[in-house]
Amino acid sequence: MISGKGGTGKTTITAAFASIAKNAVFADCDVDAADLHLILKPKVKKTLGFHGLKVASIDKELCTNCKRCYESCKFDAITKDIEIIIESCEGCNVCEYVCPVDAVKMIERDSGFSYISDTRFGPMAHAMLKTAEEASGKLVTVVRENAKKLAEDKNKELIIIDGPPGIGCPVISAISGVNLVLIVTEPTLSAIHDLERILGVAYHFKIPAVVCINKYDINMNNTEKIGNYCKNFNIDVVGKLPYDKVVTDAMINEKTVVEFSNGNFSDAIIEMWNNLKGRFEK
Amino acid sequence: MIISVASGKGGTGKTTVATNLALSIKDGQFLDCDVEEPNANIFLKAKIKDIDDVTVSIPEVDKKKCDYCGKCSDFCAYNALAVVPKNVLVFPELCHSCGGCELVCPKNAIKWNTRIVGKVEHGTINKIDFFHGILNIGEMQAIPVIKQLKRKIDNKNNVIIDAPPGTTCPVIESIKDSDYCILVTEPTPFGLHDLKLAVEVVKHMYILYGVVINRDGIGNKDVEKYCKDQKIPILLKIPERKEIAQLYSKGIAFTNNNFEWTEMFGLLFNKIQEEVSK
Repeated sequence: MISGKGGTGKTTITAAFASIAKNAVFADCDVDAADLHLILKPKVKKTLGFHGLKVASIDKELCTNCKRCYESCKFDAITKDIEIIIESCEGCNVCEYVCPVDAVKMIERDSGFSYISDTRFGPMAHAMLKTAEEASGKLVTVVRENAKKLAEDKNKELIIIDGPPGIGCPVISAISGVNLVLIVTEPTLSAIHDLERILGVAYHFKIPAVVCINKYDINMNNTEKIGNYCKNFNIDVVGKLPYDKVVTDAMINEKTVVEFSNGNFSDAIIEMWNNLKGRFEK
Repeated sequence: MIISVASGKGGTGKTTVATNLALSIKDGQFLDCDVEEPNANIFLKAKIKDIDDVTVSIPEVDKKKCDYCGKCSDFCAYNALAVVPKNVLVFPELCHSCGGCELVCPKNAIKWNTRIVGKVEHGTINKIDFFHGILNIGEMQAIPVIKQLKRKIDNKNNVIIDAPPGTTCPVIESIKDSDYCILVTEPTPFGLHDLKLAVEVVKHMYILYGVVINRDGIGNKDVEKYCKDQKIPILLKIPERKEIAQLYSKGIAFTNNNFEWTEMFGLLFNKIQEEVSK
């Protein structure tokens, strides 16, 4: 599940699918701002530490203030007074290499955790990145590996991934090598602009893509525009979901929409799921 | 004064708040730092006049000098180089341009090429100087585009920064050096959860901050309760209204020709100015 633009409904749909899918593993790859656990309420079975890129540390006792590290750092992560700006350090090791007195050490940073859990719908892989840490792409890869292992161990046929917004590093990590991406969009000019870019990413990495239009009824002209655009590029629109307050109500009750209600929105989700199921089984 | 607009969760209304604020104060600079999915100009409609490419340096191995010793690939923290018998493979998308491979090469075989990863566009709308960055499709790293975009900041102006969603590197690069950060959220459990993460980030960076609640009326009161408990100022509430959602869907800023809302955003700006000058 990806979208380009944030807040189009990826997590709502992933959670709803979780309550319909049989024999699936769920993975929350939006490690920056993970929300799927708020609905799936996982019971954590195993917690694993995550170390992102290393970070430089300078021993002031040894430092002779020669400034070679300052001059060599391409990330402006060392100040003129030879202080490390942790948020800017990308862990490249250049400062350690150029230091003539071995005053720089690269240290592991505890960047977060990945979790292997159980939910009422099946196993789940998810993660937490600590405040202001980097390498979310790397953590996404860890979650993907955990999900794959869960699927193998528990003999599950399907992995459903809740992806991050955007088109950069975490998104590419979340979709590389998947069989299908479902792009969730909405009929707003912003979302359409972002849809075009994320479809470009899927095309670039040769990943088959289908589209779902959430809140399709808030602007029918734009919904038609998306339909025509997709038709031109031979991309299927596999579902159209109405604007419905029930989405927020279900969220407040910590339930998936399908669990919470059997109204129009849930019907549209089930119809989309049946539409998609044919594709996995192929 | 530099004001950034961030959120944690995507789609809460960062661009809505940033663009309406800019249109209400009517001058200064506007930077759309959501270079993966820049949307601000859908609403501002600045005419683009100048385009700069964003380039990064990528190593190229001189095969005449290289003896395939493998020191470059051993050193590279990003796996951007691989030495195989009689060849060195370079993976440009993985390279962070740190320069390490050149430093460690005993044969002086590393040269540098530039590679275009995106662009920065500039235009004006009324008295607003507008800039946005666009990351090329298929590129991994937004940071070089954001860095080049932020070099356009002229501190004499009021600057509004529209940040990307999330809580990691692109957000930090976008909001650092801001005098104030507006955190936009919606009154739902997802909104609250991600607001808490965003609050941790701004606190960590010692940036003054306040909250704007968008789509007020949906969900519940937990965001307001959290803000009260934590003594976080709620700067503005934008109600859930069909007219606002419809204008948004058409790419129209809702302060456009709306005196009341223009005044509300003007007051928001004054409030922030007061906080910053304290």
